[in-house]
Amino acid sequence: MNAFVVNLIAAMLRVATPLLLAAVGETFAERAGVLNLGIEGTMFFAAFLGFFVADATGSLWIGLLAAIISGVLAGLLMALLSVTLGVNQHVSGLGITLLLTGLALFAFRLRYGGRSTPPAIPPFPLLDPLPNVPILGNILQQYLLTYVAFLVVAPVAWWLLYRTSFGLNVRAVGENPEAADAAGVNVFRIRYLALGIGGGLMAAGGAFLSLSQLGAFTHGIVAGRGWVAIALVIFGNWHPIKVMLGALIFGGTFALQLRLQAIGLQLPIPYESFLALPYIVTLVALVLAGRNASYPAALLKPYRRE
Amino acid sequence: MFEKLSRPRLRIEKAPAPPWQRALIPILALLITFLLTSGLILWGRANPFEAYYYFLVEPLSSRISALEVLVKATPLILTGVSVSFAFAAGYYNIGAEGQLYAGAIAAAWLGVALRGVPPALAILLMIFGGFAAGMLWALVPALLKVKLAVDEVVTTLLLNSVMAFIVSALLNGPWRDPKSGWPQSPEILLNTHFPKLVPRSRLHLGFVVAIIAALLLWFIVSRTSIGLKMRAVGLGKQAARFAGVSVSRTMLLAALVSGGIAGIAGVSEVAGIQFHLIGELSPGYGYTGIIIATLGALQAIGVAAAGLFFGLISTGAQTVSRALGVPVYLGDVTQAAMLLVTLAMLLLQRYRIRRA
Repeated sequence: MNAFVVNLIAAMLRVATPLLLAAVGETFAERAGVLNLGIEGTMFFAAFLGFFVADATGSLWIGLLAAIISGVLAGLLMALLSVTLGVNQHVSGLGITLLLTGLALFAFRLRYGGRSTPPAIPPFPLLDPLPNVPILGNILQQYLLTYVAFLVVAPVAWWLLYRTSFGLNVRAVGENPEAADAAGVNVFRIRYLALGIGGGLMAAGGAFLSLSQLGAFTHGIVAGRGWVAIALVIFGNWHPIKVMLGALIFGGTFALQLRLQAIGLQLPIPYESFLALPYIVTLVALVLAGRNASYPAALLKPYRRE
Repeated sequence: MFEKLSRPRLRIEKAPAPPWQRALIPILALLITFLLTSGLILWGRANPFEAYYYFLVEPLSSRISALEVLVKATPLILTGVSVSFAFAAGYYNIGAEGQLYAGAIAAAWLGVALRGVPPALAILLMIFGGFAAGMLWALVPALLKVKLAVDEVVTTLLLNSVMAFIVSALLNGPWRDPKSGWPQSPEILLNTHFPKLVPRSRLHLGFVVAIIAALLLWFIVSRTSIGLKMRAVGLGKQAARFAGVSVSRTMLLAALVSGGIAGIAGVSEVAGIQFHLIGELSPGYGYTGIIIATLGALQAIGVAAAGLFFGLISTGAQTVSRALGVPVYLGDVTQAAMLLVTLAMLLLQRYRIRRA
């Protein structure tokens, strides 16, 4: 295997990490019956806050923690609007995205001014568990959060959703809240929990971008990854492991365009075609999955006890 | 006796609120929003009262800045109308941002291609061209929705990202301005510039177009059979189908008109303000349009009012930023906060306060 392929696989896992975290977060929300379009803003705000707190305290871990807490709170705000108040989920989610995006930009400008070079901090280091093994060792040079996302978050999410009574309740309130309520499940509490957990995971994805991958915060740091994550949830049929597969496909396409750019391949088409490629691949995947997508039956419907 | 004393004199009960109570909701929402955002202003080391003066009053105190409010309101009313068309038919078009840029691309191209065409005709062609381009960009997600049941929210959002790359590819590639070398398209010809409505201001024909679009929204949705079908589909697809309405055709139509009007917003910004296609043409007008459509209850008069008010907030945010050094993003935060607060407050409509 040559260096190109090794680099490609390593980059695929890196690129897929924030998408996997965010998409699993969205899976929790949607399984409980709430489409959370606040995802993009939650990721953006977490990327900012993680950076901001890490810079202020000198600790990446405190930054990560602050980011995750902000995501949980954003999820609970979504719950307040969509679960308690029963507001249209599309509009409240987008409203949260716009609010959090504006807040992050406001705070960033206030703290760092309009300087031309963004401030930077030393990011989380790459782990190197097998330094002397040639190919596998290179592929396994990843950030801790990448390991956590693939080996802990996705499997645990699957286990929670399919093997615990909590997961059964989450799926029940997303499919048939009336029946769940009649069976004694507190629909409101389960939806709040699912949105809170989901928000925390989305935020972890956002913080990965600023604290691991970049060590900085820029206006284009999230660049629609939240929307891609929502597409991956549909593509993966609301199943954490299939969602992981989708994240790897997007990550692979994205990594491929990065590698092609890096080796300076001269092509008669603009490099933006490569940048757009992962989004188009996601779209096509969505179309192919379209007919078989089985949406949680109560998605978008507020639940009211009569 | 103790019980009697503690019994509340006002009671809240679940029933539609009377009109006077409804009228208070927007005012209350506004006050709560300002209370929330004053925390940010204090953080920016400014006095909130002074800031609100610059925010809401100062822009209206001079002729030029008052006209600037209308300039800022123009794209917002257009995207608000665009979103209202789609949402009224229950089609969640979140792609106005991308469709706006599609219209802008058409304007930048026609603006150079229409050499020697009389201005009136050239401008008409620009508007139609932008409408067609916005419609075309809205066609793919609309067809996917009605033919293959692919969720339009996700596809329109993804296509916004794709459109941003197309614009970037054009501006860094074939359309890079040969004169300046900047990533902007060559300047459009004079005969394609939107005429100014008021001399020595930036207010241009686009504002009239926006008002006409709002009137069209009112006319089509509340005065035509197409509009009736749209509302029927928006209220419930099953029921509409039983009533004999072709759901896919109605949705497709609403989606295309929505995309077309967003495209006109792009034309208006290119031909009225920038005269080039630039990457920062829209600071998220397509998304703000969703807020405006929602606050305006998808009604023409409401959308126009919300668009004007948001024009004031956008202008005011720049004034506050210049005068007090508070970051200009205060405007974005205020707009989004106002949406969320109003949404929460609208539920008060379901309750009324009565004397016990």
